[in-house]
Amino acid sequence: MNGVLRDRRGQFGLVVLALALLLAGAAPLVSSGDPAGQRDVVATRFLAPGSTDAHGVFHLLGTDRLGRDVWTRLLYGARISLGVGMLAVLLSVALGTVIGALAGYGRRPVRVMLLGLTDFALALPRVVLLLLLAALWQPSAGLVIVVLGLTGWMPIARLVHGEVRALAVRPFVDAAITAGARRRRVLRRHILPNALTPVIVAAALGVGNAILLEAGLSFLGLGVQPPTPSWGNMIAGGRDTIVNAPWVATAPGVALALVVVACTLVGDAVRDAISR
Amino acid sequence: MARAIAQRVAVGLAVVAGVVTLTFLLLQLAPGDPVERLLGPTASPEQIELQRRALGLDRPVPAQLAGWVGRFARGDWGRSIATGRPAREMLAAAWPATAWLVALSLALTYLGGTLIGVVQAARRGSRLDTAISIVSVTLFALPGYWLGLMLVMVFASWARVLPAFGAAGLDADYLTGWARIADQLRHLALPLATLTLIGAGGTARYARGAMLDVIAEPFVVAARARGLSPARVLVRHTLRNALVPVVTLLGLSLPALFSGAVFVEAVFAWPGVGRVLVDAVQARDYPVVMAATAVSATLVVLGNLVADGLAVWVDPRIREGGRGKGEAG
Repeated sequence: MNGVLRDRRGQFGLVVLALALLLAGAAPLVSSGDPAGQRDVVATRFLAPGSTDAHGVFHLLGTDRLGRDVWTRLLYGARISLGVGMLAVLLSVALGTVIGALAGYGRRPVRVMLLGLTDFALALPRVVLLLLLAALWQPSAGLVIVVLGLTGWMPIARLVHGEVRALAVRPFVDAAITAGARRRRVLRRHILPNALTPVIVAAALGVGNAILLEAGLSFLGLGVQPPTPSWGNMIAGGRDTIVNAPWVATAPGVALALVVVACTLVGDAVRDAISR
Repeated sequence: MARAIAQRVAVGLAVVAGVVTLTFLLLQLAPGDPVERLLGPTASPEQIELQRRALGLDRPVPAQLAGWVGRFARGDWGRSIATGRPAREMLAAAWPATAWLVALSLALTYLGGTLIGVVQAARRGSRLDTAISIVSVTLFALPGYWLGLMLVMVFASWARVLPAFGAAGLDADYLTGWARIADQLRHLALPLATLTLIGAGGTARYARGAMLDVIAEPFVVAARARGLSPARVLVRHTLRNALVPVVTLLGLSLPALFSGAVFVEAVFAWPGVGRVLVDAVQARDYPVVMAATAVSATLVVLGNLVADGLAVWVDPRIREGGRGKGEAG
């Protein structure tokens, strides 16, 4: 952890992520409090960033086509986008760890079967599956989490499998077996805790990726549904007005890029800190 | 060698078969009935029953799947429920657009990305290295459809130098020779730039890492100690070995590139497989969904086979049956 804090990339990434989480958490306090709030649409639509409308309300990032405050929607959208990204990765990590651990420490038939399953799932075009799953069921944030989680566990499983196999031949594992510990206990108490560090790196990178994919699905209209704001459907909503009111699509895109860069940098910093 | 190829092809076929089966089952599981959608709310139960029988939807699921595979293999891919056009015709018109876009972007991404990674590794720790790293990590993090929108904003609405969407101008049919090619290139520019910029960011990051791993190897130090010129050490000794993991990544990045293409096609109204797939999924056009899934899975699998071939070409150790160290980095 110290290594990550001393790394400039790590510092930047953690500050951005902390700020994003803080702002998302405190959204009602630092914004108008109502992401769907609109008044006189004709008078308040497409106001430029930094302007004040006829009702005396200040719009830091301007307003969209329905006169809704972009800054407010950005913060409430952050709740959805960050939440969906993190929960989806949590699901992939849980699935990947269980499958990878069983493949790494299980008996031969189990290993062959699970590795085969992983390689097969890895070869499937993820976006095709995402499109199918998201389009065929009623689109919602919950569905996006499940879909991203179910299609993202394979790299984690491979990673855990490799770690577990490398750890299984280490002397301390032999010592635990000699001391009479059962296989399940050896795996859970002695091997897995040591195998999880690289998973943190993969998870940090995965969160960025999941946020991007969530936004992509919402952009295509298959993810989080309006009027609930998510960064993806905000970009989609600003797409038609990119010429007259570029801020509507620009703001969520910049926010998205900042958070994903932060995730990548934190992942890099953690990886370097571990390998040092 | 022949055995290895046969094995790869078999795995590829298994993946395509798996994707098709999975898609088929997902379509069965999904709520909503294509026939009710097709006939609308005024249809009587008898009409629905008749239409179900006509489309073969009343048969057991395994029989439907087997029937579909048989017809698909014979070239009968069914008709689009939404447009009535044969699905095969729709995909035959769409797949070259996607293949061109993805193949060109892959080539540019890897040439550009590797070159940038090599420059960064040669000047590691310098300001240039840091600056490029910041740019590449940012590009890597940008959503493709958003970068596409921004490029449209700059080049199509402000500078007005490039068309914002489509694969050809309205007057394309009247153009001949060079004018026609120029028109196509102008339409290709923005989608290709979007996909390439994002891909090159990731590739440069990876190539830099691979180069730095190899630079630390004893044989590079030995080459330098023998008095070889820095350029020769960099290209012949370091890059040659760093290419192995980079080329391996090429195969792995194909599905991601294809995913990117789906979004980029949506933004630029590029008439490719991704757009056909997205439209069909949204309209629950089951025959087209099945055909588009099969075609896109096949494109990805074929691309992976080519990448495997490239990996063998770059690394003679794989050719020798994996007796060597296997991976360099």
